[in-house]
Formats: sequence, C-alpha cells, structure tokens
Amino acid sequence: MKIKDIRDVLQAEVLCGEDLLENEILYAFGSDLMSDVLAFVKTGTILLTGLVNSQVIRTAEMADINAIIFVRGKVPDKDVIDLARESSIIILTTKYTLFTASGILYSCGLRGIEASKV
Amino acid sequence: MGNISYEFPVAKDDFERAGEASSKIKKILRQLGMDSGIIRRVAIGAYEAEMNLVIHSLGGVISITIDPESIIITAEDNGPGIEDIELAMKEGYSTAPDRIREMGFGAGMGLPNMKKCSDDFIIESVVGKGTKIVMKMMLKDGD
Repeated sequence: MKIKDIRDVLQAEVLCGEDLLENEILYAFGSDLMSDVLAFVKTGTILLTGLVNSQVIRTAEMADINAIIFVRGKVPDKDVIDLARESSIIILTTKYTLFTASGILYSCGLRGIEASKV
Repeated sequence: MGNISYEFPVAKDDFERAGEASSKIKKILRQLGMDSGIIRRVAIGAYEAEMNLVIHSLGGVISITIDPESIIITAEDNGPGIEDIELAMKEGYSTAPDRIREMGFGAGMGLPNMKKCSDDFIIESVVGKGTKIVMKMMLKDGD
C-alpha cells in the first residue's frame, strides 16, 4: 500500500517527508513500546503510535522504518519533526485512535508482522 | 582493511541526546558500505545499549570496533551495576520507573533484544562498580 493511500484513508496530515508519499508499505505495526518496535519490526513497515517524543524517531531510524503515523490527533514538537526530516522519515498524524486506524488499514489489505516469525 | 574504532560518551538522564551515538554508528557503517541487514542489527543493539546507559547507569561509553571479521559494540558504564543478571536478562523484567515507561522504554526487552541482535553476547556486572556489555556481530561475505 502506498503511503499516499494510507494518508487518504486515515484522513491524515503529512507533517514532513512529503517526498516519500509514493513509497510502498508492506506491513504495519502499532505500539507505544519502542523496545517491542525494535524487537519485531521489519523493513518496509509503517509504525502507528501515540508516543510523540524524539525516541520514536530514533527507534524508527535504527529499525529502518521510514514512515510513522501519530494517532489520536497527536502532533510532536518541532524539534521532533526536524529530527524526522533529518532522518528522511515521513510523519503523518491522524485523528483516529490506534485501534480504529489499524482497523481501517487492515480492511484496506495491509497486514501486520507475525510476531512468531521474527 | 585495518581495525576501525570509535568511542561515544553517553550521559546519564540525557534523554535529549539519547540515540545520537547509535545514529552516528549507523552512519559510519553506511559510509563503509556495509550490508543493510547487519547495519540494522548493530544499530538496534547499540541503541538499546545506549538507552540503558541513559536510563539505568551513572553514565558510560559506547564504542564500536570494526575488523575484517566482525563488528563489536561495547557498552561500559560507571555503575551502579546489576545485582541479578539472570533476572535482568528475562524478557519483561524491568526496574525502570514510570517516567521511563511513559517514553516507550522500560518494557524489559532491552537486554534480550541486544542478545538477539548479536552472534556473541557477553554481560558482566559488579555491583558498585559497573556493567560491561559486549555484542559481536560476525561479518559474512557480502556484508
């Protein structure tokens, strides 16, 4: 699923990284636990989270995640957005909750990571 | 290629800069043209170790040594040391306070994650002195 399609179905706003909108996403992972993100996520994954601190961006950078959706209408501080821009990560924000946003993406065909296979 | 070594000091409670050392390590490996799979393992291991230094230690140093066969990440701190290493290695066990959990850490996955990323993982700790973690990632042809 392309990031621009994810943006459309989640009625999300792009905060930085517009140039990545054409990128293809293979999996989605929803978590506020960054260590779980580091443990489970594969490349080509979009991260859905309600945490908006700089550690989310660092975690994404280390795990080769280049797309993050902040749920529940959360918007990070400018320095967090700047860090994402430096790390070539696209950030979107949606008003949907983590559960609803995940459900919408699942119904569009996007799938999660199988925790047993990682 | 000769051995390459870098050291990065990591300060206690410096959440503002936490992750910078690992970010630099990742960039170094990218510049050396290493395979993305091994870069990812090293970056994740280094980042978990760096976060542990920031959250739990009195401060320390993360270092990376690259030789023709392997990449070695070492995290060494000035204390306080871990009393029960076996317990600390258990998935889900954490001594992190709530303010750390609110930041997305302290899930008790750090040390197990580091071990998972490494081909060889050593942890030594002396209470009152400090903890030393060595993660070795072997390079294969093509890395």
